[in-house]
Amino acid sequence: MTELTKLTLSDARDGLSKGDFTSRELTEQHLTAMEQGRELNSYIVETADIALEMADEADKRIKAGSATGMTGIPIAIKDLFCTKNVHSCSASHILNGFKPRYESTVTSNLWQDGAVMLGKTNMDEFAMGSSNETSYYGSVKSPWRAVKADGSLETKDYVPGGSSGGSVTAVAGDMALAATGTDTGGSIRQPAAFTGLVGLKPTYGRCSRWGMISFASSLDQAGPITKTVRDAAIMMESMASHDAKDSTSVKRIVPNYEHALTGDIRGMKIGIPKEYRMDGMPEEIEKLWQQGIEWMKAAGAEIIDISLPHTKYALPTYYIVAPAEASSNLARYDGVKYGLRVEGNSLDDMYKNTRREGFGAEVRRRILIGTYVLSAGYYDAYYLKAQKVRTLIAQDFAKAYEKVDVILTPTAPSAAFALGEKMNDPIAMYLNDVFTVPASLAGLPAISVPAGLSREKMPLGLQLIGQAFDEETVLRVGQVMEHAAHFTAKPKIWWGAKS
Amino acid sequence: MSVDNRTVAKIANLARIAVKEDEIEPLVGELNNILSWIEQLSEVNTDGVAPMTSVVEVDLPWRADKVTDGGYRDDILANAPHAEHGFFTVPKVIE
Repeated sequence: MTELTKLTLSDARDGLSKGDFTSRELTEQHLTAMEQGRELNSYIVETADIALEMADEADKRIKAGSATGMTGIPIAIKDLFCTKNVHSCSASHILNGFKPRYESTVTSNLWQDGAVMLGKTNMDEFAMGSSNETSYYGSVKSPWRAVKADGSLETKDYVPGGSSGGSVTAVAGDMALAATGTDTGGSIRQPAAFTGLVGLKPTYGRCSRWGMISFASSLDQAGPITKTVRDAAIMMESMASHDAKDSTSVKRIVPNYEHALTGDIRGMKIGIPKEYRMDGMPEEIEKLWQQGIEWMKAAGAEIIDISLPHTKYALPTYYIVAPAEASSNLARYDGVKYGLRVEGNSLDDMYKNTRREGFGAEVRRRILIGTYVLSAGYYDAYYLKAQKVRTLIAQDFAKAYEKVDVILTPTAPSAAFALGEKMNDPIAMYLNDVFTVPASLAGLPAISVPAGLSREKMPLGLQLIGQAFDEETVLRVGQVMEHAAHFTAKPKIWWGAKS
Repeated sequence: MSVDNRTVAKIANLARIAVKEDEIEPLVGELNNILSWIEQLSEVNTDGVAPMTSVVEVDLPWRADKVTDGGYRDDILANAPHAEHGFFTVPKVIE
């Protein structure tokens, strides 16, 4: 049999419906690949029994003719989503042993459509990180390794990006056809760019956040991580819904996103923001961006220079707003209701010991920053100021969209770096998200599409940012770019060899 | 603005995170690094700008103030590190 793990989601869907193979066969091949790929540490928990049961159900449904685009498709779920009676810990020790008695709305939607759960994927603890090195369950290794000048493969490990590092590694390593991710400041798009995948962060409010373990509630959004733009369209349609249990989820009809993929962007206006041309940006990123502009022109789109004047303030704004929200969201972890408890001499000591043991260094750092900027006397100077600058950043985008339909930028300022390289410098790590954070602060939909390789043959992505609830344009332009880029590189398999 | 040892000890206490004496000094450095970096926001003129309250334009949904769900005591207690007689338990707080 051909290697079913190499298929795209849409090819698998078509093959399943034609009866070329069953969901059980497809699922079993993925379970084998997961076993062989364990050293990448992309899965925290493998749910083989559940997967096979779901696959058999899906096969019945396909036979009965009631399949959807996701029926029988084996996918990976980020550990941040609550899945009933299955490990859901946001890769934190403080949620040690937590098995929710309920299912998140996004995963419920996927199961309703017949998708198959392969397991829960590793991530930065509470989604706080850009390299997947802050997980309690250890770092994730990217399937990609740089190619040295002599043409041989590097022997050191690279980061997959973060925070959805396990999800992208599962998909890029052919251990899942697709995966769920979540994006607060770039956690879907940056790792997708680092691993040659498509990552879509929809508009804030498009997916329900119910049952997602909160990080920064005004920014968190779920979205798909896939091999192609078409796959992202299919999966997005299943994940999105209005949900009475999340008052920020929006009552809007979910369109058939696949229908938006017409391949025609003639006359469309593409904005190029001059502020994204940063000092010290590697030349290969600049060149890739220019290449993207040429592709858009060749497809008949019109290129328009725009200005987003407050871009440079987006990251510092984010690093006030997100820690502030995190410090209050994470106040719920007190050793009483769920997860870890470390005893102490008093109730207060129990809280303090539990939170000391349960949270990793980066999470503790962000809670302290958040507590400080919200504390009496500093609230106006930091938090209120940041929320005002956030308004200005959103206004920049609103003004730009009077002239353009979509904005084209690089996804990240570099290719993936080696494991451990940036762990000692928080701000250097934060700068990874310099191009993804502005759209997050403005709540806008944005996609990363694989567009080329770096000098060392590591994947690079380009980002398209759209208007609120216009995922369709983002996907349509994204697919045109995907076809123009014709990115076919795959990581050379170095893992799984018996030593 | 910058933090000193006393402030870091204070916010760690507010956040209910135990911090050892010898960890405070390095934390002061780390936090000040980040704070001085976010300080650049002070150069932005925000006179007359309303703080962001919602990124998408939506009206807050309303519903009748009625109990529509509940009765999950055992589910809620199922993940508690300590539970007795249908309650969460904590260390003694009254002498």
